[in-house]
Amino acid sequence: MIIPGRSQKQGTSLNAGKLGEEYLEVTSTAELNQDDMKRLGLEDGDRIRLRTTTGESVVRCKGRKPEDLPAGMIFLPYGPSSSQLMASDTAGSGMPISKNFEVEVEVL
Amino acid sequence: MGDNIKIIENATCTFCGCVCDDMHLTVDLDEKKITKAKNACVLGRAWFAQHGIPDYPQATIGGKEASVEDAVEEAAQILAEAKFPIIYGLSDTTCEAQRHAVAIADLIHGCIDTTTSVCHGPSGIAFQGVGESTATLGEVKNRADFIMYWGGNPAESHPRHFTRYAVTTKGLYTPNGKKDRTVVLVDVRKTPSAPVADIFLSVKPGRDFELAWALRALVKGRKLDPSIEQVTGVSLATLEDLVDRMKNCRYGVLFFGMGLTMTRGRHFNSGAVLALTTDLNEFTHFVAKPVRGHGNVTGADNVLSWQTGYPFGVNFSRGFPRFNPGEFTTVDTLARGDADAALIIASDPASNFPRKAIEHLGAIPVIALDTKQTQTTNLARVAFITATYGINTAGTVYRMDDVPITLRKAFDSPYPTDEEILTAIRRRVQALCGGPAVPLRKVS
Ligand code: SF4
Repeated sequence: MIIPGRSQKQGTSLNAGKLGEEYLEVTSTAELNQDDMKRLGLEDGDRIRLRTTTGESVVRCKGRKPEDLPAGMIFLPYGPSSSQLMASDTAGSGMPISKNFEVEVEVL
Repeated sequence: MGDNIKIIENATCTFCGCVCDDMHLTVDLDEKKITKAKNACVLGRAWFAQHGIPDYPQATIGGKEASVEDAVEEAAQILAEAKFPIIYGLSDTTCEAQRHAVAIADLIHGCIDTTTSVCHGPSGIAFQGVGESTATLGEVKNRADFIMYWGGNPAESHPRHFTRYAVTTKGLYTPNGKKDRTVVLVDVRKTPSAPVADIFLSVKPGRDFELAWALRALVKGRKLDPSIEQVTGVSLATLEDLVDRMKNCRYGVLFFGMGLTMTRGRHFNSGAVLALTTDLNEFTHFVAKPVRGHGNVTGADNVLSWQTGYPFGVNFSRGFPRFNPGEFTTVDTLARGDADAALIIASDPASNFPRKAIEHLGAIPVIALDTKQTQTTNLARVAFITATYGINTAGTVYRMDDVPITLRKAFDSPYPTDEEILTAIRRRVQALCGGPAVPLRKVS
């Protein structure tokens, strides 16, 4: 289950320019539950591939304590990487499902 | 720093929907830079610090530098010739510019939609179905003793929401600030907003509707089975305690974020918390407000509503406005491949839309207006770099509580404003399409 969202760093780096290195780095770093990371043999900074039926993107991962981010959840700041994963069907609402959708994680 | 320093009091930050109008700016007029922004939060400081004068051409056609006049001509030709043109964005520009975008949509018989459709569009749909019991942030500051945030993380998205309007700020009937208020946060993860909350409810992902419905049942005095915990992730005892506090507060506020609108259920989720708010008014005074993102997204809803009767997702192809989310909203018109030209104002769909929509955007002629180069200006056939609202241009923006705020300019920019470019495109499109001769306000 992935939750793309805003973060403070995503907000400040956005001002510097969406084509800037910082924005691109912030928006391609996913937060994972630390226990999940351990189970997958991942460390901070390791690369993973996220995949949905729509698309895929490669991001770096960063651990978060289980109290802050429950197992099975991933947080990714909005940006080009999260866009790749989003399906375009809006079910007649105009809004694509942009949070809480399932992704497959592949360790690289 | 040069000697030519100007101080601007009560300037406005337009980075987020809080639209804080108590900025104290120090401007270096020689360097054309804001060197200090007192009272701004970390996002506001970055907003002011990073908006100097960029070094881009004012206009490009096909990636090559062009005069603004030529670019306006090219843009008008594209829009006038298109069969299904769409206009999108608008949440980071002034109401004065937004007005012209609506007029252009009318002239070209196109669609007009704003970033609302991918943020609180579902709440807009819910307002039409359920209604809104509302308040200004000034009322919240002075009166509210129970504050609930649901599906939002203001500490990172609207940092001064807590300190200026809702949590720690001291008001007429809340003289002790936070001590006079109960703060509740509902989210699927413990966000950086959690430390401010007295009560944190960890709802199961995708179960916001069920949680709101359970609260409604309890407010109405119905009995619930303890198994509600398996459904929502929150124990019955916690829910009962919460309902008790909600019913017994003096003035309650429910601020809801995109955790409700962007997930399964969408407008039903927003509708559920609005209905819960209505129910609570049998017992006490309770209001609900969506926490809006971009600086003037609320203005975009207002301008479209005055001029077309609808807040977003509007189509003029029959010569009169029609509203149909899912049909006339931008992700849909792009992903379905309907749109054959796009005018994008102050927004970057090429970086944040679903992939299929971005692919179509890359296949049609795009006209983009932005203060910086973005993925969207990069793929645009015609791109204009414009002056930044609230820094280089005055005008009007709406705070998230629908209160209009007047902007003050900090320093001049060599770049034209969105209003100037859109006025020029509107004039030319009018001549090409032979629309009614609407008198245009002179732009200074
Ligand atoms: S809260 Fe929003 S409007 Fe206020 S200073 Fe921060 S970014 Fe600007």
